[in-house]
Amino acid sequence: MSEKVLMKGNEALAEAAVIAGCRHYFAYPITPQNEIPAYMSRRMPEVGGTFLQAESELAAISMVLGAAAGGVRAMTSSSSPGISLKQEGISYIAGSELPCVLVNIMRGGPGLGAIAGAQGDYFQATRGGGNGDYRTIVLAPGSAQELADFTIEAFDLADEYRMPVMILADGYIGQMSEPVVLPKPSGKSFEKPWALTGAKGRKKNIICSMKLIPDTALEEHNLRLQEKYDLITEKVHRVDTYMTDDADWLVVAYGTSARIARKAVDRLRGEGIKAGLFRPLTLWPFPEKELFEVGSKVQKILTVEMSLGQMVEDVKLTMNGEVEVDFHGRAGGAVPALDDIIERINGYERENHTHVQAS
Amino acid sequence: MSVKTIPMYKRPESLSDVRTHYCAGCGHGIIHKLIAEVLDELELREKTIVIAPVGCSVLIYNYLEVDGLEAAHGRAPAVATGIKRARPEMLVISYQGDGDLLAIGTGETVHAANRGEDISVIFVNNAIYGMTGGQLAPTTLVGQKTLTSPAGRNSADVGFPIRACEMLDTLEAPAYIERTSVHNPGAIRKTKKAIFKALKYQKEGRGYSFVEILSMCPTNWGVQPPEAADWVKSDMVPWYPLKKFRDRPADEDADKEKAS
Repeated sequence: MSEKVLMKGNEALAEAAVIAGCRHYFAYPITPQNEIPAYMSRRMPEVGGTFLQAESELAAISMVLGAAAGGVRAMTSSSSPGISLKQEGISYIAGSELPCVLVNIMRGGPGLGAIAGAQGDYFQATRGGGNGDYRTIVLAPGSAQELADFTIEAFDLADEYRMPVMILADGYIGQMSEPVVLPKPSGKSFEKPWALTGAKGRKKNIICSMKLIPDTALEEHNLRLQEKYDLITEKVHRVDTYMTDDADWLVVAYGTSARIARKAVDRLRGEGIKAGLFRPLTLWPFPEKELFEVGSKVQKILTVEMSLGQMVEDVKLTMNGEVEVDFHGRAGGAVPALDDIIERINGYERENHTHVQAS
Repeated sequence: MSVKTIPMYKRPESLSDVRTHYCAGCGHGIIHKLIAEVLDELELREKTIVIAPVGCSVLIYNYLEVDGLEAAHGRAPAVATGIKRARPEMLVISYQGDGDLLAIGTGETVHAANRGEDISVIFVNNAIYGMTGGQLAPTTLVGQKTLTSPAGRNSADVGFPIRACEMLDTLEAPAYIERTSVHNPGAIRKTKKAIFKALKYQKEGRGYSFVEILSMCPTNWGVQPPEAADWVKSDMVPWYPLKKFRDRPADEDADKEKAS
């Protein structure tokens, strides 16, 4: 099992879902995630699972809701415009407290946009694109390996907290072929006494998001959800840091942007410039504590995204004026250029020198 | 000498002992009771999951002593598909109204039927949106006045009422399709038979079953309950003929009998 295999990110994710025990997968075709349904259509029958190509994204996410209510591990995947359609079901799943895994292999928008990878769905993923006060845990893999590893964890987190967990990756991560060591199952198991298995020897189980009686039921439900979200905020945050210990300049980025930023850090270090990279692996909850700890020691932060500025808001909220936060972004499937990041940080360095000499 | 009493009529075990929230003269209560009676007779209560739609029957899980699951508006057949695929041993009922099944959920309706999902859809057609206060439904009759068609349904503007059974009857996969009504005791008895067939076929794994039931909504039609029942017969039935469109399992059984 520890052998390296060359896989497309999307396929590594699909196989990891099978390893995690997912036997129910429902989806609708959309680029750039089509490798996932194609893989599942072949793989699910081999493991006695269900692959079903739904008539729409609305139907696919509702099928996930139904399967999850039956107590099984269920997943759907899509790309940006398709994820917009799924928001209805995501809100219902959150309200009904059902576990499931959602995959968004992002492309450029708004609207139909284009099929090249992008990171324009950060707001939608982390703020919740559906109605109501709810959250989804959002994991941000940056390689085929992480797509696979995070998928194992996503199913466990979903079951542990009974909520949708989203894997948010740009199309480049999903499309790229890289060596992958397929992960092992986590071995964790979860009791699901709430699942719909027939009212035999117990009272009937009802799974719903509507809370009408008494008048206070819906607020109480929301408060209980909030307690859960608070617990997750406390417990679930993952980060990856690179050369941050003595950094003067900190780049904050995830996904493909972070891979380019890491290269920029290497090049800058080669020139004697102390740059570092902070890569959030959970986007909700945003790793505020970890970022503040690293970020408050640097002179300036540069957030790099394949959008025109979404995660940068969380970075600013986290730093709360403690350190200046700059932004560099490209949109519509364009990728930040290595030289642009390097040049931006060289600029900070030059500015700093001028400043020091003048004072 | 002791007298043995045999109950001639009692609350089905599958029907919850709760007060109804439905309006006077509404058909949902009758139909819920029929489903409960059939579940008792087929001994399916402990193996059943009912999918509640958005609409007046959104609280159906309060009335049936079975596991219940809520779907988003129109998505009940997709939710039913998901849980049936996850728990094929369970009996899954998708209970839906006309706005749910034929407007916002037309896609889910057609495709679950087209896949021949092993589920039973109970479709309550009362020609109006009830819960939201009486708006035009896809099954509102031409000329029928509603909150959003105050001058009556104008077919030149919004088209004609959709006939669900006839539409689904064009598909290859469904096993059983029938339209019944609950406007009088005779019609109610026929409806029970249709529900019995639908659930029995699912129990036997014989494919997708669909029962459309014409029903009353006196509140939103703005008439008294007796008039509402009469209107089903006088106005709805001519457009929505009561008919068995398809009964493949019965045909197959008849063929088998002939062969043996």
